[in-house]
Amino acid sequence: MTEVTPDKETRGGEPPPAAPPPASPPDNSWRKEYWSRNLRLMVILLAIWFVVSFGFGILLVEPLNNIVIAGFPLGFWFAQQGSIYVFVILIFVYAKMMDRLDNQFGVDEQETEGAGK
Amino acid sequence: MSQIQIWTLVFIVGSFAVYLYIAWRSRVKETAGFYVAGQGIPTIANGAAVAADWMSAASFISMAGLIAFLGSDGTIYLMGWTGGYVLLALLIAPYLRKWGKFTVPEFVGDRYSETVRTIAAVAAIIISFTYVVGQMRGGGIVFSRFLKLDVTQGVILAAVIIGLYAVLGGMKGITWTQVAQYTVLIVAYLIPAFAVAQQMTGFPVPQVSFGQILAELDAISVEMGLNQYTEAFAARPQIDVFLVTMALMIGTAGLPHVIVRFYTTKTVRGARYSAFWALFFIALLYTTAPAVGAFTKLNLLQDVNGVSANALPSWIENWAATGLVTVSDGATTINTVSNSPTSGADLIVNNDILVLASPEIAGLPAPIVGLVAAGGMAAAMSTAAGLLLVISSSFSHDLYFRRVKRDSTDQQRLLAGRIAMGLAVLVAIYAGINPPAFVAQVVAFAFGLAASTFFPAIVLGIFWKRCNATGAAAGMVTGLIFTASYMIYTLPVFGTAANPHIFNISPEGIGTIGAIVNFVVTIVVSKMTAPPPDEIVEMVESIRYPAARREVTAGTAADAA
Repeated sequence: MTEVTPDKETRGGEPPPAAPPPASPPDNSWRKEYWSRNLRLMVILLAIWFVVSFGFGILLVEPLNNIVIAGFPLGFWFAQQGSIYVFVILIFVYAKMMDRLDNQFGVDEQETEGAGK
Repeated sequence: MSQIQIWTLVFIVGSFAVYLYIAWRSRVKETAGFYVAGQGIPTIANGAAVAADWMSAASFISMAGLIAFLGSDGTIYLMGWTGGYVLLALLIAPYLRKWGKFTVPEFVGDRYSETVRTIAAVAAIIISFTYVVGQMRGGGIVFSRFLKLDVTQGVILAAVIIGLYAVLGGMKGITWTQVAQYTVLIVAYLIPAFAVAQQMTGFPVPQVSFGQILAELDAISVEMGLNQYTEAFAARPQIDVFLVTMALMIGTAGLPHVIVRFYTTKTVRGARYSAFWALFFIALLYTTAPAVGAFTKLNLLQDVNGVSANALPSWIENWAATGLVTVSDGATTINTVSNSPTSGADLIVNNDILVLASPEIAGLPAPIVGLVAAGGMAAAMSTAAGLLLVISSSFSHDLYFRRVKRDSTDQQRLLAGRIAMGLAVLVAIYAGINPPAFVAQVVAFAFGLAASTFFPAIVLGIFWKRCNATGAAAGMVTGLIFTASYMIYTLPVFGTAANPHIFNISPEGIGTIGAIVNFVVTIVVSKMTAPPPDEIVEMVESIRYPAARREVTAGTAADAA
């Protein structure tokens, strides 16, 4: 039972379905599980997305601007640089986590095309 | 011919030759190739193509200039035009790829009804058309400044070349051309940026080093009658910054010419990684742009501050010919600078020239100036081509062959797609010569419309099975009418009177409210009417899983990475 444990982002409290019952055709309970895990990952990543961009970059920009690092007022930095870096990382994390999820549930595409990292 | 003109000609002719060669090599013979490149584009290449498709004349030519004059509030474009990719990657791209057909209206058509498809096709044409105008204008500016054509001739020349390879190669030609165009535009953007950063701070990475000049820039900006550069909400009220950023983000995720790019990957997994690569490539430019804006503005202000009007640097005279830089009649020395023609400042600088003129302002050598010109053209042409494809496919695939002539061969459809593309080019030429407003602003309107029509319909279509055709149709129409009405109400560009903004909401930000209106109307109307038929519910269910389920045994996840 060496299933890959989800990273902390999924905050998966329950263990992953190590061996879902071999597909007896009508049993689609795995679908619910897969979908709800997908949604949970999505919500967490979107929460980060919102906090970094709208939170740090717009709503809290003025208080954060009192902190200056390397010449950048921090709020200004988040608005013009930091948020963009976080966006890139978020999509990468999403793609990686979904690879793992697809694989666990056996819905990954068999044709691999060397998608890069 | 000056040095700069010779080098510009070398780079532009050279890059055009490459594009046309690629287009010829990848010309297509069937509609699958024409519309979705036969779904055979590798992930990284697709990412680069999305990035080129995405980064328009507005991103390349106007954005750094806009940021330079908006200061801190320039974040509306920086975050707005990147954050949408997170929504796209998480909410839309993988699912639409799984469903996998040709166009965005086709998805809503299958998911809802033919009526919704028609609405979507019309909306796609309006949006893409609004957007393509800016590209034509951007291309025209490059030609007129660097090759001394007037803007009208420049627009026509740019349009003819774009038309040539878009008609020839369809999506396949466009995609591979865009990969080349991305390379040209990013090199053209980064080289001068690194050079300027090195020159001004002694450290070549502009993303890091522009922090050093912010204090100096704040000081000289205030001295010359502008806002303090890093002060938030100096140019726009906070609520408007929030709403515009949101409208641009959800507009990004709803733009047909962006979404359709995720149909061209080989797999669902490929669509996710394409989104990653796309944003990665975009971020290279978008994190550089604010640095370019800050450096160029500081350079510009220092160049002209207190200088007498007949001793100004030569780049001002070069650009005065295009009408984008103006020294006020009465001005003897330059003490104030503005980007607004009505400000009465001594020197008026149009946003659009900051990037194009930055190598000259910084005194970089002629080949770099020529390279930037080629980069601006690449940005304008790659986006215009993607947009023309959407216009053509919406018109021929979603309207003509669905509503008018249902039985036709693949050859006829391909021909119709090409004819529609040709017509779109002609209309774009006309609009490019008589543009409504600044390049980037024109583009911003397209986002409001996309945000208020497509995004809610697509997201609800994927995530809410109960959503039905009546609801979606009602939502799209209300969202579109609401948003367009407010834009017409507040903007003079459509030949109407400009009215004051309501609650400080600018026309660029209204798309956010329009999207909320759309969501609410769609949900309420769906709830009040019958649920969608079973086969639709099953279709929604099926696009949620990348592939048919295979047998899973414990411990098979090893090859996940």
